[in-house]
Amino acid sequence: MNTNKNMSEVKLMKGNEALAEAAIRAGCKGYFGYPITPQSEIIEYLAEVGRERGMVVMQVESEVAAINMVYGAAGAGARAMTSSSSPGISLMQEGLSYIACAELPCLVVNINRGGPGLGTIQPSQGDYFQAVKGGGHGDYHLIVLAPASVQEMADFVFDAFDLADKYRNPVMILADGALGQMMEKVQFKKYNPEEHKVDKLWATTGKEKSRERNVITSLFIQPEKMEQVNLHLMKKYKEIEKKEVRYELLETDDAEILLVAYGLSARICHRAMELAREQGVRVGMLRPITLYPFPYNALRSLRDNIKAALVVEMNAGQMVEDVRLGIEGKAHVEFFGRMGGIIPSPEEVFEKIMKLDARLSNMTLKDIITSEIRHSHVSYRSVRKKL
Amino acid sequence: MNEILTSAMNTAEILDGMECVWEKPETLVDVKMHYCPGCGHGVAHKVLMEVVEELGVQNETIGVAPVGCSVFAYNYMNVDMQEAAHGRAAAVATGIKRMLPDKYVYSYQGDGDLAAIGTAETMHAANRGENILVIFINNAIYGMTGGQMAPTTLLGMKTSTTPFGRDTESQGFPFKITDLIAQLPGAYYVTRQAVHTPNGVRKFKKAVQTAFQHQKEKKGYCLIEVVSNCPSGWKMTPVVSNKWMEENMFPVYPLGDLKLNGKLVND
Repeated sequence: MNTNKNMSEVKLMKGNEALAEAAIRAGCKGYFGYPITPQSEIIEYLAEVGRERGMVVMQVESEVAAINMVYGAAGAGARAMTSSSSPGISLMQEGLSYIACAELPCLVVNINRGGPGLGTIQPSQGDYFQAVKGGGHGDYHLIVLAPASVQEMADFVFDAFDLADKYRNPVMILADGALGQMMEKVQFKKYNPEEHKVDKLWATTGKEKSRERNVITSLFIQPEKMEQVNLHLMKKYKEIEKKEVRYELLETDDAEILLVAYGLSARICHRAMELAREQGVRVGMLRPITLYPFPYNALRSLRDNIKAALVVEMNAGQMVEDVRLGIEGKAHVEFFGRMGGIIPSPEEVFEKIMKLDARLSNMTLKDIITSEIRHSHVSYRSVRKKL
Repeated sequence: MNEILTSAMNTAEILDGMECVWEKPETLVDVKMHYCPGCGHGVAHKVLMEVVEELGVQNETIGVAPVGCSVFAYNYMNVDMQEAAHGRAAAVATGIKRMLPDKYVYSYQGDGDLAAIGTAETMHAANRGENILVIFINNAIYGMTGGQMAPTTLLGMKTSTTPFGRDTESQGFPFKITDLIAQLPGAYYVTRQAVHTPNGVRKFKKAVQTAFQHQKEKKGYCLIEVVSNCPSGWKMTPVVSNKWMEENMFPVYPLGDLKLNGKLVND
């Protein structure tokens, strides 16, 4: 890795700092934020080194103001971002809905902490639904990237800005307090923002005589016009779902049990998988990297070869619903989660795998599938083929 | 005028022999406005866009429209514009201005937008000394949603949500936010005007010109409050509403400069 000329030297950094450094290198020109644990290192890092490297860095009066400043800055054609943690991201939902409808490219970082309410400052994945299902009002999607290491906390910033510009869509990096606070090795890839620049002819930079005025708005008062905007957005989301799904597969070739986990819980599952493999249990793993668009197709191609999926999250069971949608009753689906800011240990997950394996070996394939039908209300006919 | 006669004549024929005293500037889109007859918005729009035209800064000006009656301001103002969420115009304007510090950025907001839901964004933009111009139309009522109480509604004034008149016990006092903003060190120029008389229009235009000059020189935050009427919301004819405004609004919101060149006028 060290010899790769496309990478910088190896550094030891916190996840939040690596993300902030990547934002500067990605050509982000405006950061607007409000302090909240466990992500304040982002604004602190940028306040220290961002300004001298050409970035406007502002601590403002609220998350509400911050997201609307991102709206203004992105609408003016600049790469702009904000970051926060769960309660602060809730305050930004109105602005995100407007940004999605006005099609403004920007980056929003959520360093997820435990909730609901003021909750805890410890890590959590409890904001999955909010991030991937909309969050604010109306029909829209953010593109959601879920890093699982400090290296990815940096790498995904570049991807996020490129995706945002490509689709004129807000992108969220959804990590958690542990990924934000942990220190790991990181290398920054060579990235010249000039080479990634796209023409933003729609931006409000001042009306030249040669063109009509540019208006950035999410107001379409005529129902027929609003529906046209909705249809345009749906078309864009379809394209994103077709082209931008990212995931990682580990040891799935012979897997009977498929772990499904993202972010920090994927790292825990990785270790649990190794422990189970040592015991001869055939375990594989699917790690969704884009949470929206979700890798349903990966599940569709795996579901016929596995007996069961075990979904591990740091919440009460959110992504598991998407896993069920992908598996469509063709394998057993179980969930294991910890909440309250508690991180599950590899041993806990290992234990769940072993128990699941023991149960599965006492069940026939028919038992497994009929049990899943009971759980997920999938019709018997839809899974009959597999029997 | 005889309608049949008018429709038979084309514009050139009607204008034949008359002296042209005013032409719509290029900065105003040539469409009919949706504002009610007698409303101050149309005049304020016109004056603002005249200044942009006269300064020759159409290509350097970016406006922010609010939620309220002027939500469609971008249908009339022929400059690049962004539509902000309710109350967030000052934050949106901040985002634009910080990315494009050499352009002219203004927001155009009503009393509910600026002084109720957007109070935090308004006060902090002023306190940071953002180099923007905020035009604040104060008609003491929520016009667009059908005449509900505004933060600036006068005591005793009847609205659809204060059917017995605004009382202090449940609704507090008329919010004189412009006076508060004048106290902030970041505010450089704060003035209160009206556009219901030719003299008022001239003074308002002068104020807009002054604010653009300050913004060019990066002096800081400029606020122009326009005390305005709302014939529909007040349920009065335009003429009566203007008289009512003079008799009832001006004592609470007196016209004149509150802060000039960074100094409070009454100090």
